Amino acid sequence: MSKLTKSANEPLFHIVKRDALPAWLAWAIRIGSIVAALIVCALVTVVLTGENPIEVYATMIDGAIGSNRRIWGLFQNVAMLLCISLAVTPAFKMRFWNIGAEGQALIGGLATAACMILFGDKLPQPVLLIVMFATSIIAGAIWGFIPAFFKAKWNTNETLFTLMMNYIAIQLVSFFTYKYSVPKGSGQLGVINRATEAGWLPQLGGHNYLLNIVIVLGVTVFMYVYLKYSKHGYEISVVGESENTARYIGINVKKVIMRTMLLSGAICGLTGLLLVSGTDHTLTRDTIEGRGFTAIMVSWLGKFNPVHMILTSFLLVFLQKGAIEISTDFGLNNSFSDIITGIIIFFIIGSEFFINYTVKFRESKKGVNA
Amino acid sequence: MLVAFIQRAVMQGIPLLFGSTGEIITEKGGNLNLGIPGIMYVGGISGVIGAFAYESSVETVNPFLAVMIPLLASLLGSLLMGLIYCVLTVTLRANQNVTGLALTTFGVGFGNFFGGSLIKIVGSDMPSIALTQTSVCFKTQLPFADKLGWFGDVFLSYSFLAYLAIVIALLASFFFNKTSFGLKLRSVGENPATADAAGINVEKYKYFSTCVGSMIAGLGGLYYVMDYANGVWSNDGFGDRGWLAIALVIFAIWKPNLSILGSILFGGLFIIHNYIPNISFEMQEIIKMTPYAVTIIVLVVISMRRKREHQPPASLGLSYFREER
Repeated sequence: MSKLTKSANEPLFHIVKRDALPAWLAWAIRIGSIVAALIVCALVTVVLTGENPIEVYATMIDGAIGSNRRIWGLFQNVAMLLCISLAVTPAFKMRFWNIGAEGQALIGGLATAACMILFGDKLPQPVLLIVMFATSIIAGAIWGFIPAFFKAKWNTNETLFTLMMNYIAIQLVSFFTYKYSVPKGSGQLGVINRATEAGWLPQLGGHNYLLNIVIVLGVTVFMYVYLKYSKHGYEISVVGESENTARYIGINVKKVIMRTMLLSGAICGLTGLLLVSGTDHTLTRDTIEGRGFTAIMVSWLGKFNPVHMILTSFLLVFLQKGAIEISTDFGLNNSFSDIITGIIIFFIIGSEFFINYTVKFRESKKGVNA
Repeated sequence: MLVAFIQRAVMQGIPLLFGSTGEIITEKGGNLNLGIPGIMYVGGISGVIGAFAYESSVETVNPFLAVMIPLLASLLGSLLMGLIYCVLTVTLRANQNVTGLALTTFGVGFGNFFGGSLIKIVGSDMPSIALTQTSVCFKTQLPFADKLGWFGDVFLSYSFLAYLAIVIALLASFFFNKTSFGLKLRSVGENPATADAAGINVEKYKYFSTCVGSMIAGLGGLYYVMDYANGVWSNDGFGDRGWLAIALVIFAIWKPNLSILGSILFGGLFIIHNYIPNISFEMQEIIKMTPYAVTIIVLVVISMRRKREHQPPASLGLSYFREER
């Protein structure tokens, strides 16, 4: 084939995969995309509120870290989001699309609340706490295991299965909140064991949320080591890269899928416990507040690296808190923060393209005889 | 009472039918768009914004414009959402699940934000968003519907959008099975590399199916606000219907004509607790679980039976990159 026809049929540009970019450049692209997203967010805010952007950002920062209480609230929220994100990470790393973290965490919360209600006045506090930890973790693990089992055995589509399991969990919680509602028939549990505080996670150093944060830090370290240095973590990344390779080198893929989802569900269940027993002391169908879905984005944006995920979850929670402050200040609706979150995520996922691919233009035809 | 039940079930089912038809078209092109719940919110609120602008700018409402303006606004809103999804997943090859979930966060937030703040932003003196005049235009029935007794009530008493939903579903079914364009689209969803080799422009087909699917799904949101909710927007009023629409896609095993029946069944399950005497609150919640439980059972059964025509499109959820084979 002559050179001439080739160049005539060649499209104007085509896209090729890049070799790994140097880390600083990749991060520069990511930070650039965040900056671009913040500028767009500022524009949107200015259009909607009519204030000058600097004032808007000042309000945002004030909303996120303006007072001691807000700072604690910020860290608590970061910890909760991070915990669910850590839970979904091993599953994602092996390309198991668990979008059921919401349900797995909720079922853990349900198990916790059930223990608090049923055994609140029967067991001493330390025993009760142990029982709560065990049941919530087991409940979450079972909820995660069911779709994994069907995926491993019959290759059932896990994205859709886990999605449906969320709603089963939500309806179960609704069922039990009606069953145990205080006062009867109100459909709300109220604060569980308000008088005895049985089954409430103890305060650490006088701070409400410190124990939660410490536990989540522990989970972060565990997950970092588990993914990076353990045999299990290695198997997970091989399965994620290529199931065929995994099978070839003798990894039992089905076993890895089920084992990883047990772990993923278990940590989700733990998050449910932290939210119910360590934070709200009650349970509603909205206890998880959509974190199960946000976690997927956090995990993806953090490239499955627990340390990066601390940063991404911090960024998202910070923006959420700030945006909520803007909306209360300017009398707008709270959902403003969802719009901001959405815009930021669009930009970051879009930027990954420029890290992984590069656009090559058709080489100039000068010098080729027409 | 049975007649009233069927009527309500159909009215509940129509938004689901729009959503699931849209999602089926999208998924046939290989894109698993989890942004459908958000897109349906945007479709609804865009229609509301259009109708709001029109109602507050004119003295007397012209029925034709009152229908066309919200309809076009809704289509435009959901088209833009579809385009965001396409640019990110098809052109920039981002992960479909993450993009879809972000789109849902964005869309639901967008809907609730403008639903809650529209009046303040435009500085209107209306107390709340109640587009009764527009809603009346949308709900215009066939003139002879109420003269035909139960037959009229069950089959003819709905507004034009409801019939449009059924027509679109039937057309989609025809399109996938009988037209070469539809078959090519399916091949893109099954195996984009093969389709590419056969000279099909994969990106173009993916854009087409996702954008058209989004626009159809957005109409579900519009139907809900204008018809079911009588033109009154309430935040989170649309609820989890978007996810139920995705469930319906599986229940209908990716066949739009089956999803017509499925949507009415799901709609019925959604409201059946109102028609069972002496049912406790907690049992109502269990009954509301049935659509999801049934969907899981269908999902498991089709994966066990492995009949090829019942499977999801083979490359569902995967971005296609030509140089990676």
